[in-house]
Amino acid sequence: MIELLNVTRIVDGETHIRDVSLRLEDGTLNVLLGPTLAGKTSLMRLMAGLDQPTSGAIRVNGQDVRRVPVQKRGVAMVYQQFINYPTLTVYENIASPLRVARMARATIDEEVRRTADLLQLGPMLERMPHELSGGQQQRVAIARAIVKKAGLVLLDEPLANLDYKLREELRAELPRIFAESGAIFVYATTEPTEALLLGGNTATMSEGRITQFGPTIDVFHRPADLLTARTFADPPLNTMPARKAGAGFELEGGAVVPAGALAAIADGNYTLGFRAHHLGLMPQLPGAVAVETTVEISEITGSESYIHVRHGGSRWVMLAPGVHNLDPGTAVTAYIDTRRILIFDTNGRALAHAPGLAA
Amino acid sequence: MARIDLHHIRHSYRARAARKEDYALKEVHHSWADGGAYALLGPSGCGKTTLLNIISGLIHPSEGRVLFDGRDVTELPTEARNIAQVFQFPVIYDTMSVFDNLAFPLRNRRVPEKEVEQRVREVLRIIDLGAPPEGRARGLTADQKQKIALGRGLVRADVSAILFDEPLTVIDPQMKWELRSQLKLLHRKFAHTMVYVTHDQTEALTFAERVVVMYEGEIVQVGTPEELFARPEHTFVGYFIGSPGMNVLPIEVEGTRARIADQEIALPGAPAVRGRAELGVRPEFVRFAPDGLPVSVRRVEDLGRHRVVRAALGPHELAAILPEGAPLPNEPRVHFEPEGVHIYAGSRRVAMEAQP
Amino acid sequence: MTRTQNNAAWFLVLPVLVLVAFNAIIPLMTVVNYAVQDSFGGNVFFFEGTRWFEAVLASDRFHQALGRQILFTFTILAIEIPLGVGIALCMPRRGIWVSVCLVLMALPLLIPWNVVGAIWNIFALPELGLLGRMLNGLGFDYNFTRGVGAAWFTMILMDVWHWTSLVVLLAYAGLISIPDAYYQAARIDGASKWAVFRYIQLPKMKRVLTIAVLLRFMDSFMIYTEVFVLTGGGPGNSTTMLSIDLVKLALGQFDLGTAAAMSIIYFLLILIFSWIFYTVMMRGESQQ
Repeated sequence: MIELLNVTRIVDGETHIRDVSLRLEDGTLNVLLGPTLAGKTSLMRLMAGLDQPTSGAIRVNGQDVRRVPVQKRGVAMVYQQFINYPTLTVYENIASPLRVARMARATIDEEVRRTADLLQLGPMLERMPHELSGGQQQRVAIARAIVKKAGLVLLDEPLANLDYKLREELRAELPRIFAESGAIFVYATTEPTEALLLGGNTATMSEGRITQFGPTIDVFHRPADLLTARTFADPPLNTMPARKAGAGFELEGGAVVPAGALAAIADGNYTLGFRAHHLGLMPQLPGAVAVETTVEISEITGSESYIHVRHGGSRWVMLAPGVHNLDPGTAVTAYIDTRRILIFDTNGRALAHAPGLAA
Repeated sequence: MARIDLHHIRHSYRARAARKEDYALKEVHHSWADGGAYALLGPSGCGKTTLLNIISGLIHPSEGRVLFDGRDVTELPTEARNIAQVFQFPVIYDTMSVFDNLAFPLRNRRVPEKEVEQRVREVLRIIDLGAPPEGRARGLTADQKQKIALGRGLVRADVSAILFDEPLTVIDPQMKWELRSQLKLLHRKFAHTMVYVTHDQTEALTFAERVVVMYEGEIVQVGTPEELFARPEHTFVGYFIGSPGMNVLPIEVEGTRARIADQEIALPGAPAVRGRAELGVRPEFVRFAPDGLPVSVRRVEDLGRHRVVRAALGPHELAAILPEGAPLPNEPRVHFEPEGVHIYAGSRRVAMEAQP
Repeated sequence: MTRTQNNAAWFLVLPVLVLVAFNAIIPLMTVVNYAVQDSFGGNVFFFEGTRWFEAVLASDRFHQALGRQILFTFTILAIEIPLGVGIALCMPRRGIWVSVCLVLMALPLLIPWNVVGAIWNIFALPELGLLGRMLNGLGFDYNFTRGVGAAWFTMILMDVWHWTSLVVLLAYAGLISIPDAYYQAARIDGASKWAVFRYIQLPKMKRVLTIAVLLRFMDSFMIYTEVFVLTGGGPGNSTTMLSIDLVKLALGQFDLGTAAAMSIIYFLLILIFSWIFYTVMMRGESQQ
């Protein structure tokens, strides 16, 4: 278990990490999700012991580790670049941390082969890293991190340099590989889809802060604030200003969303948020509210269409099933599935979560 | 703007290529219509960047001709071909201001300063940079730099084509949406011939009117995003396009029936093949139904807007998509929707005669 | 930037610190001692304050040596830096010729300084040396032991031969680190060779060139051995650089006070010049 208590790191007057408290249990997979420069790498470096916090404490299994040097912490790291020893075979690459630990020959052999099989590297143990594809090279780097049996394995956007399809395949495999190891895994990514595929827990990050931490799917469905909802959305979260008056939220342009269970909250200004697939062209849903929009551009993915629309001052992305090649400027009636709508107050805090709004 | 013809292009990086495997590009014979938006889609090493560089003139093909509007440009250097290219990593001139970066291609061609000013102002308006044009370009974010690189292509009024080499690789997901739709709007507005190279199916499908799928140095299918999704001509296209890719299951065909792992199903028609073949069905067309083939569920991935069910059908893996809110049955059985079923022999799709 | 704190590290560098103290700081303190005191032998010292410094700064001899030194240093910088960059630009970027070029370039750097002086001394001898005979054969009146012009010409040629490779190697390292996409984009933008150099290669080489200029400045400003072996500072005093003058003062005339004061002024001059070079060349680099 690793614990960060009110950790702050300031470098040359710039705050890289702002008051982060986080507790990661053994045998869990934890995703750090946020855009570039949100502080993901800085936080990983603190966990690894490569950097020291300006204030706050870091504890491993209850022990303060601020004075423990990196080499003694039992940490493994995988980077975006494929880092392997270029002059060693795949076998020797995977074996290297065990040789450093002076393990017995037979144990090393057993461990290397087991880990290689786990990462489907069995047939290429005698090859050199440069003879492998990018995906295989990164598998070797991951194998080296896992074979070490470190208590904490940090992966900093490990799939970012791989092809889309290779990424998809490795992503699907990683949770299984992690589950077998029992270590704490921390995985940084900029992509919400990646976080969802990996599952586990997710900490959303923005400007050096952790905005929310919890089981990945919960953070996705029930973001605590607008910032988290925006960070954990791909396509981007659609938002619009609304005025609560009595039993409904009045939208720009006049449509009213019934407040349902939220009828008791104070009247005033709110922000409504909804995801691309909760905006559609057909009123097939029971809680759908119609809004008039203008098409900006439509993109077709094969079986679905992303339609970028404008409503008053808001720009939204709609994910509609089927192929809809709409010309820019076309007026269309869009339907919002209000059962899944997210409501934020003027401070950006989430009020209530779907479902049940229209009920 | 121009129509681009690739006439029997072959290319090898070796000095003397003899065998077929020596060629990075095996044989490409293709035309790009004037004003079209195309994507070249494929995994790394499939030859898509080689092909792009042959069009731009950065690589001279081992064999074949390149024609712009019917004019042979194979022997012309890049600068004489009048094309623009945006690279994977944003290329900007560090020491210049944003304005000078955009003016650079015009000034190199000795365009009068008055016209330069006017063109650059217009491009600045189009790319919507959100940074002062007098400021230095080096301190900007990756997406702003990429907009400048794009702007340098747009600033010349007469470019034959704009080529993109994985331009969104270093851009954050949120910004990708903005840049992508901006690119598409620009294409609609100015109708440049655009060729976009990527390994990312979403980028390829959303950007292009027609997508060229490449695999091991060859074009395996050219089609609209719809066609590639609905009728993959090659199992590779089925696998590469779609997330997850198409399920490909080995079968034994007998008339209008097929055997899959000790089970028998009815096909929507009679395929022009007998015996061993492959059945392709996208996860979108796999439905849970009370009377289908029994499967055992291995894993469920919750992607927020839908769930991906990874199941086993006998010894074969099978992925199915479960819409948001839909329940997973206790004793799951699957059924393949007929319009999503394709039969492949030797990786190529075979025609299926509709049943009377 | 990131920094790791590790107090144990201080113990590891302690031996080096002690060594540096014995090697540099203690002798330096001796020099400072000599510079502010006078002695008539027998370990009796008188405090002289800044008198030696004033004497050095007022002396024509120092002014002339400094003038020669500056002329020499700036001449070789003006030749070696552009020449080095030029050669680096002409070198191949890939293929088997890369290593051939690199080895050829590194050769002069491997020769000891006094040998360089000796080689050029023999090479340039008017009657015997290849260079000397050739120049005289072509009708030049060339004799570096007699003519001031000839002596300077030989000295500068020798330094250029010896040290341009260093600039070449540094500039080449800067050049090959530029991604191909920059050159491709420049071709597409229709940039001329000059524009590619001015807007891509030169900015990307800036850091390594700063290092090259600093190294070459410091080294040439302190040049001693090669010139001493070649000309011995002559004819007359025409090639007496600051370091040669200093040695004459200290060991030839045993004017320890003046020599010590001169050493300190010399040291400060190098420091100030280096600082000026550095700040001028790195201007605008910090805003990253």
